[in-house]
Amino acid sequence: MKPLVLLPAFNEAARIGRVLAGIRAAAPEAAVLVVDDGSTDETAAVARAAGAHVVRLPFNLGAGVAAQTGYKFAIRAGYDCVVHLDSDGQHEPADIPALLAVIARREADVAIGSRFLGAADYRPGALRRTGMGMFGLLTWLLTGERYSDVTSGFRAFGGDVVRFVATEWYPTDYADADVLITLRRAGYRLKEVPVRMYARAGGRSMHAGLRPVYYVFKMLLSVALAPLRREVFERKGS
Amino acid sequence: MAELTLHQTVFALTISLVAFVFVLELVRRRRLREEYSWLWLLTAGAMVLLAVWYRLLILITRIVGAVTPLNTLLLCAVLFLFAIAVHYSMIISRLASQVKNLAQELALLSARVERHE
Repeated sequence: MKPLVLLPAFNEAARIGRVLAGIRAAAPEAAVLVVDDGSTDETAAVARAAGAHVVRLPFNLGAGVAAQTGYKFAIRAGYDCVVHLDSDGQHEPADIPALLAVIARREADVAIGSRFLGAADYRPGALRRTGMGMFGLLTWLLTGERYSDVTSGFRAFGGDVVRFVATEWYPTDYADADVLITLRRAGYRLKEVPVRMYARAGGRSMHAGLRPVYYVFKMLLSVALAPLRREVFERKGS
Repeated sequence: MAELTLHQTVFALTISLVAFVFVLELVRRRRLREEYSWLWLLTAGAMVLLAVWYRLLILITRIVGAVTPLNTLLLCAVLFLFAIAVHYSMIISRLASQVKNLAQELALLSARVERHE
């Protein structure tokens, strides 16, 4: 297996160095790619100095598009497994091998890092917990399966999945629970793995303002259109 | 309300023809791409048709059950604007997806070029 660790980054120069050092210590055999999503600070230089591959988007396109750029890179460079984690230090690099192991042993096509499984001690605030509960419920309605952490961005994809998420089917505009639902719908096997996550040290949250409203709308649309899209998903492999 | 006066017909026809010629002129000067012009030409063409053939408007008014020809015109106007707005949304969606793919391609290619320098 040839794994790639993928970190989309937007103005994370201050924090990404420590994350990259953590990755090197935890998974020294894995290549690391930082996709700089149009940062205006020294993110790319810091990443390059730490020995990571760096791909710079010409302007800010959002975390989903940045991640997809990384999947396209992985396909072209011949990587057959991609671990995605945040560049701001929320995700513990020491848990990367646990996600990789799921893909390597072919237990599943997608390994999702869950902060609520096992010995995790993550305690979100009330608002965030409500949001997560809502997304969890929607995911359950759409897939018929329970996942403990549907908004987790800490996950590993096997080769087939990487090829799938590099197509236009990848929901780039709000890429957490929707990715999980899309992949489940497309017939991939998902498995949750306990990981550690930390609260953000400042900065903006993904789930603030009107975004949850838009998210629910998108999910409802997804339910309504699912029967019409089924054939397309079934052709995913070709 | 059965007929327009000559005054009204001339006015309506002039406006409709100006609109039609304006769109054609934009296409001729390559300010508007042919593939995006058809909905506007259709709109302007319908305006010309209704201006010279007022009885058609009255017939449509009877068919849709509107009270006055003005209601029919307003309904048509709203439907055309709706169609044009949706048409634009489709074009914008396609453009956004193309811009995204181009930006990704550019990023991946420049990373490769930098490696070889």
